[in-house]
Amino acid sequence: MDVSQYLDMFIEESKEHLQACSEQLLALENNPDDLAIVNEVFRAAHTLKGMSATMGYEDIADLTHKMENVLDAIRNSKIHVSTEILDVVFEAVDDLELMVQDIESGGDGKKDVSKLVDTLNRIEAGQPVDVTNEPAATAEEVSMEVVTSAGISYDEFELTVISQSAEQGFNALEITVTLRDDCLLKVARVFMTFEILEKSGEVIKTVPTVEQLENEDFDQKFTIVLLTQEDAADLKAKVLKVSEIEDVHITHITDEYVQKYKQASLNTCDPEPSVVETTIVPVTKAATTNETPKETIKTKKTTTSNSNKTIRVNIDRLDILMNLFEELVIDRGRLQSIASELHNPELNESVERMTRVSGDLQNIILNMRMVPVETVFNRFPKMVRQLARDLNKKIDLEIVGAETELDRTVIDEIGDPLVHLIRNALDHGIEMPEERIANGKPETGTVTLRAYHSGNHVFIELEDDGAGVNRERVVSKAIERGIISPEAADTLTNKQVAELILASGFSTAASITDVSGRGVGLDVVKNTIESLGGHISIDSTEGKGSLFQVQLPLTLSIISVMLVELDEEIYAIPLSSIIETAIIQKSDILNAHNQPVIDFRGTIVPLVDLKDIFEMKNRSNEEDEFQSIVIVRKGDSLAGLVVDSFIGQQEIVLKSLGEYLQSVFAISGATILGNGQVALIVDCNALIK
Amino acid sequence: MTKVTEVSEMKVIVFQLMNKEYAIGLDVVESIEKSLSITRVPRMPSYVKGVLNLRGVVTPVVDLRERFDMEYKEFDETSCIIIVSHAGAEVGLIVDDANDVMDVPTSAIGPQPEVVGSVESEFISGVAKVDKRLLVMLNLEKVLQPIKKGNTDEF
Repeated sequence: MDVSQYLDMFIEESKEHLQACSEQLLALENNPDDLAIVNEVFRAAHTLKGMSATMGYEDIADLTHKMENVLDAIRNSKIHVSTEILDVVFEAVDDLELMVQDIESGGDGKKDVSKLVDTLNRIEAGQPVDVTNEPAATAEEVSMEVVTSAGISYDEFELTVISQSAEQGFNALEITVTLRDDCLLKVARVFMTFEILEKSGEVIKTVPTVEQLENEDFDQKFTIVLLTQEDAADLKAKVLKVSEIEDVHITHITDEYVQKYKQASLNTCDPEPSVVETTIVPVTKAATTNETPKETIKTKKTTTSNSNKTIRVNIDRLDILMNLFEELVIDRGRLQSIASELHNPELNESVERMTRVSGDLQNIILNMRMVPVETVFNRFPKMVRQLARDLNKKIDLEIVGAETELDRTVIDEIGDPLVHLIRNALDHGIEMPEERIANGKPETGTVTLRAYHSGNHVFIELEDDGAGVNRERVVSKAIERGIISPEAADTLTNKQVAELILASGFSTAASITDVSGRGVGLDVVKNTIESLGGHISIDSTEGKGSLFQVQLPLTLSIISVMLVELDEEIYAIPLSSIIETAIIQKSDILNAHNQPVIDFRGTIVPLVDLKDIFEMKNRSNEEDEFQSIVIVRKGDSLAGLVVDSFIGQQEIVLKSLGEYLQSVFAISGATILGNGQVALIVDCNALIK
Repeated sequence: MTKVTEVSEMKVIVFQLMNKEYAIGLDVVESIEKSLSITRVPRMPSYVKGVLNLRGVVTPVVDLRERFDMEYKEFDETSCIIIVSHAGAEVGLIVDDANDVMDVPTSAIGPQPEVVGSVESEFISGVAKVDKRLLVMLNLEKVLQPIKKGNTDEF
């Protein structure tokens, strides 16, 4: 069977299941006695095993299988949950993630997992395991097949699946479908039968194999093994609705049968006939089982409570939709400008209506691209756990507001900066347990990751109750590194000092550790966040802890700008950086060492003539008595941009300048105005040092 | 049969610069535009005329005359902008005139002779002699080297 078309889905779902595994494992560590959690992990691992076996990734299937065995032992109270065991399981999950990543990047998902498998085996075997109920433990040596009345043989994988499903209230049904002799489109009928059955449950096996079925390589009969909660009679009626089907025969594979088999398989010398007209024949692995591709198609989440109706849409399609909508926004701008010139009431009215509708549409499309920050946050608990162990610290990570949504483009970029920040907080922020106790703090440090909406922005905060920023150390380091002058140091506020650690080439940790402290982390974080149109600030109290606050725009593609005129060209300044606009008298401009400045509400603000920056020749406005100024900010610093005139505020669509013009100074992009002209967007961050 | 002829000929667009004929492969040409309004981009080399709105895509425009250090000429009624797609990026090239699509036998394309004109040889991939006409084949790779930080003034 060609599985390549399912690859995307496989990767996507594998990631989800692995994520579920890590989350539940973390929960398990905190509640080692909660068997419900083990079941959750088990279910996720189990599905993953099925999917990977179907897709032919044997190493993943193998490792998941071993992991499952250990989990099974935990579930049956054979093993007690301990940190050591969880470490190994975590390691297994990590390896699985690596393999899935490898597959995603085009690899074959192979990895040497024998060592881990050994360890898992040892964990499993290291306990007094009651062999009778542990068929999996013997998996390496002997694998058995069971033949039922329908002539189907099961390997031990499938039997485990069946018995586990039975515990969850799923029946394993052997459905034998006989097609009419004159059936022309056998493949079509098979397909229709599958369609029906997959709606009712999970197909775990077919005889003949799916491949053979697809190639019409069978006679009139085929058998499907289905895990379902539905009644056999109902299913039969449903399948019979498919035309050209002669007969449907359903056999229930009962749990007793499976158990019988298991016992029998352990006493290989004593193959015992089962009660429900089945025969059990143990054979060695050399037999056909291994070659039979198993077909496990997951159609429904077994957790039935969540019945949200959703569809998976390729992100490219959303991007196309967004692009088309951007075109519409441009045309909307054009219509608006035409209507305002024509003063036709009817035209005005319909343009207004269209503006309203497209505004709603814009909200919906933007919402569709929104992804909860959870997708970024969910990898942190595991990371924090691992780091805390590496650093010998005790740290709790609290996550608040993981459901907060952000544009996908922002989500894609924000992961790495957050990793840097968390590593920094763990390494430099939280103290060693002894030190914490000596300082009268609880032994376990707390790091809180918080996300919330406010206005047109999303805030992500990282708060720790660690040592905070040590002013003296930071200042002396900054002076040593030439980031600030000794004279300036005394005038800095605590907040400004704290933010010095974001400067490039700054690292205060006494020793360079694996975790952080190469002095590259935090300034990279700052740059990334600023390139996203965001902003980062630090509040820190020495001895009490620090708060890193990251402010991000909700979306990157449509922004509000102020249009200004410069020498007959129109430039756009993002509203997010504008504090206010002002018209000042020429006489108000002062000179501070060749730098024109103004006194703006008590603050000295440097003036930047955009025409100078953009090297425009025409300077006619220098004679004007009044000058138009846009006050912009970057962090806490302000600057006044001198422009020719203000045009107004508008929603625009951000476009790139293309591959050819890769870096234009102080221009962050371009947009298309209502009249079809291109306007450049001023990058205020580049104008303020 | 047809395959043979396809291999031995390539379609080119012929355009004029300073009364000389140049050619680029038809496969890289997206469209040919008459005057469109161009927005200047500050602090760029003089041959980058700016950007224009090409059906919703912001497209940079290069004046080939200036790129080759030729005499400056105002955009007039015969001038046009050839939109080429190179390495995933669309760029407009301002030329004096573009009026011909020709089949050039690949055998007619030869290396550039020592003296061919004022155009720097690095921009040229070869010359083709078709009948009495001499076509200078452009090396787009060189002509359209991206404008990166190093190329502009550091501020």
